Amino acid sequence: MNVTGVKDNVEKIKEAHKLLKRYEYTPGEIQRGYANKTLYINVSDNIIEAKEVPEEIKEKFIGGKGFGLWYLWNAVKSTTKWDDPENEIVISPGPIGGITQYPGAGKSLVVSLSPTTGSVIDSNVGGHFGPLMKFSGWDALEIQGKAEKDIVILIDGNKGVVEIYEAPLESLNSHILAEELTEIFAESEEDKRNISIVSAGEAAEHTLLGVLNFSFYDKRKKVQRLKQAGRGGIGTVFRNKKIKAVVVRYKGVKGDSNNPADVEKIKELGLKLHREIKELDKDQCRMREIGTAHLVEIMDDYDLLPVHNFKYGSHKDSRKIDSKVLVKKVVQGSPDGCWHGCSMACAKAAQDYELKTGPYKGHKVVVDGPEYETVGGVGSNCGIFDPDYIMECNFYCDTYGIDTISFGTTMAFLMECYENNIINKDITGGIELNFGNGDAAMEVLHQMAKGKGFGKIAGQGIRRIKKLLTESYGADPKFLNDIGMEVKGLEYSQYVSKESLAQQGGYALANKGPQHDEAWLIFMDMVNNQIPTFEDKAEALHYFPIFRTWFGLNGLCKLPWNDVEPVDNHMTDEPAKVPEHVENYVQLFNSVTGKNIDKKEMLLQSERVYNFQRVFNLKMGFGTREHDIPPYRSMGPVTEEEYLSREERYDKQLENILGLKPEEMSTAEKIEALRKYKYEQYEKLVDAVYKRRGWTEKGIPSVELMEKLGMDFPEVIRLIEKH
Amino acid sequence: MIRVNHRNMDFYEGMTLKSLIKDLKYSFPTLMVKVNGELVPKGKYEETRIRDGDDINIIHPIAGG
Ligand code: SF4
Repeated sequence: MNVTGVKDNVEKIKEAHKLLKRYEYTPGEIQRGYANKTLYINVSDNIIEAKEVPEEIKEKFIGGKGFGLWYLWNAVKSTTKWDDPENEIVISPGPIGGITQYPGAGKSLVVSLSPTTGSVIDSNVGGHFGPLMKFSGWDALEIQGKAEKDIVILIDGNKGVVEIYEAPLESLNSHILAEELTEIFAESEEDKRNISIVSAGEAAEHTLLGVLNFSFYDKRKKVQRLKQAGRGGIGTVFRNKKIKAVVVRYKGVKGDSNNPADVEKIKELGLKLHREIKELDKDQCRMREIGTAHLVEIMDDYDLLPVHNFKYGSHKDSRKIDSKVLVKKVVQGSPDGCWHGCSMACAKAAQDYELKTGPYKGHKVVVDGPEYETVGGVGSNCGIFDPDYIMECNFYCDTYGIDTISFGTTMAFLMECYENNIINKDITGGIELNFGNGDAAMEVLHQMAKGKGFGKIAGQGIRRIKKLLTESYGADPKFLNDIGMEVKGLEYSQYVSKESLAQQGGYALANKGPQHDEAWLIFMDMVNNQIPTFEDKAEALHYFPIFRTWFGLNGLCKLPWNDVEPVDNHMTDEPAKVPEHVENYVQLFNSVTGKNIDKKEMLLQSERVYNFQRVFNLKMGFGTREHDIPPYRSMGPVTEEEYLSREERYDKQLENILGLKPEEMSTAEKIEALRKYKYEQYEKLVDAVYKRRGWTEKGIPSVELMEKLGMDFPEVIRLIEKH
Repeated sequence: MIRVNHRNMDFYEGMTLKSLIKDLKYSFPTLMVKVNGELVPKGKYEETRIRDGDDINIIHPIAGG
């Protein structure tokens, strides 16, 4: 990156630092994946404390997202709002996090109360912060309170200090801020790789859709690369606490820094997977070549790529933004792992990308990505099939600290509102927000960063925009609820779920809101037709969310689980589960912690935390059936044009399943009949899933289940009994 | 008429496994394909002729995303 003048500014920035608090500690040795201490920082009063990690908490919550949920649970009341000082941001890597021999083991899990959902949110992010923080002596970082002025927090794991500085002069936007802080805190050029920074950006301050950027230093490109904890606005909480950045510095990462029980076994497991990736990836998902963007053309082929606010699943122009185009934009042959030892290396980046708009116009920068979700969100879903726009938008979303998924889904919703005259130029301040207008979308993004103009409205996220348009502009709430792609206040990620009932549940039943990291069942359901009954779907909606929770407890990346598959995986009983890799994870856990779990216990570990998170939703006033209902756009055709685009398919459904005569019906009648049917199906699915999960009809985990899981904390039981 | 993943599909003369997969736009790279219960390796899609009445499974072995 050419961030003009960073070095010149550094001295001035440093001089302006005012030390508010210094805390000294002796970093302990990591024992079998755990530091056994967590770091608590209250930025209101500049309190810094160490807390012991009780064995019981390790047993019940494991680490990562589990720790995050537990600490946040204890920090907040049911009345706490996201911007109250007692809300926390908790970052934790989990016990496996930080090993370097097995791909995908450097993730941090971030938990907080979300500005857009009002409930608990979690996000899984790459970059080096989590592992370096653990090796500095901390299994988790809890940040509570609100600073008076902008601050930077430093954790130096070699010196054994934690410091809070007043930091008035640093830039806010992450691509510059990360460079400034690296210059300030690295002791030499070589030392830069020992630094990782968590930051947000201007848009995180002015919208509710803020991300946290977690950095890792790219030695070849000589730049801090940025990975995003994207969902649910945690960056907004960060800026609301007036934190500019948290910096960790730790030199000395080694293969056995986790002090695992059996390092040889970990090496053996790692070697096997490295070999698979090396031999199979080029013919499977091409993660090493283009990362998740390989999905663009596949999703288009299967009618799953969101187009025009999820109206359609494919588009004639999608080839203009597919992986064959994008691959030419990103640097090849780089060791693009977002943590040491990840040979899947999918963290792609473009170098020397010259910006065309905004405050950094003309600067040549590194753009991290684009990931599939970004291409689908800011590109096809907004009808913008321009790869340069996608790169530009990706860059600015990241540096401004805004979630590309929520930005894309919100913008697509606004574009549909504009095309339906629900909003007009008077409201947008003259911006013509038609589908396909990349200049307009960029303009709104820059306004979001500044908290100005229409950007102020757009930055509220879909749920609040719907309310505003209904209350202040007379919009039809039914139509907005149908087309506004959010559940629980979180915007949808980028898959069209219309033809997969299981995926409609996968999205709408997800604890934090419609992110596909709990369950992605579209192929099993819609394509393979492998889970035809409600019970089959419910089983999948029990197993996969529970299983996938486990990655977040351990600081793991999901991608090496199934974005490469053993050559004989298809011969196994349940190929979608990738049984051999699941077994690897069991052994990995045992080899790090010295425990002796099996697959059953692995699932129990997850089930405990999964159900605890559901009860946490309950605590915050959500977590019941009425919060699990999807917008109709995710289930079927809202408008006539949508119906007509899949007329043959829908007519057949009416005829064959409902015994109707579509040729005698108007399109409006057909839409209504299909809608009624689809919602009935959805309710039956929800009944089956709740039953399978051991929940009541209202969607609440039963007392017996929580007792069986050993999660029957008094407050948990009280909450359940109240309902 | 043939069956693909337990659903009816029209049959046409000259249909091969490769043409069927192309017609369906099944571009996912790791498919598991069975014709009448027999596993067909990827290299044999082109030469595998489909006959009227065949029962075909084209499994996408992934619950990813
Ligand atoms: S697979 Fe990709 S996202 Fe996951 S750890 Fe490796 S480089 Fe990071």
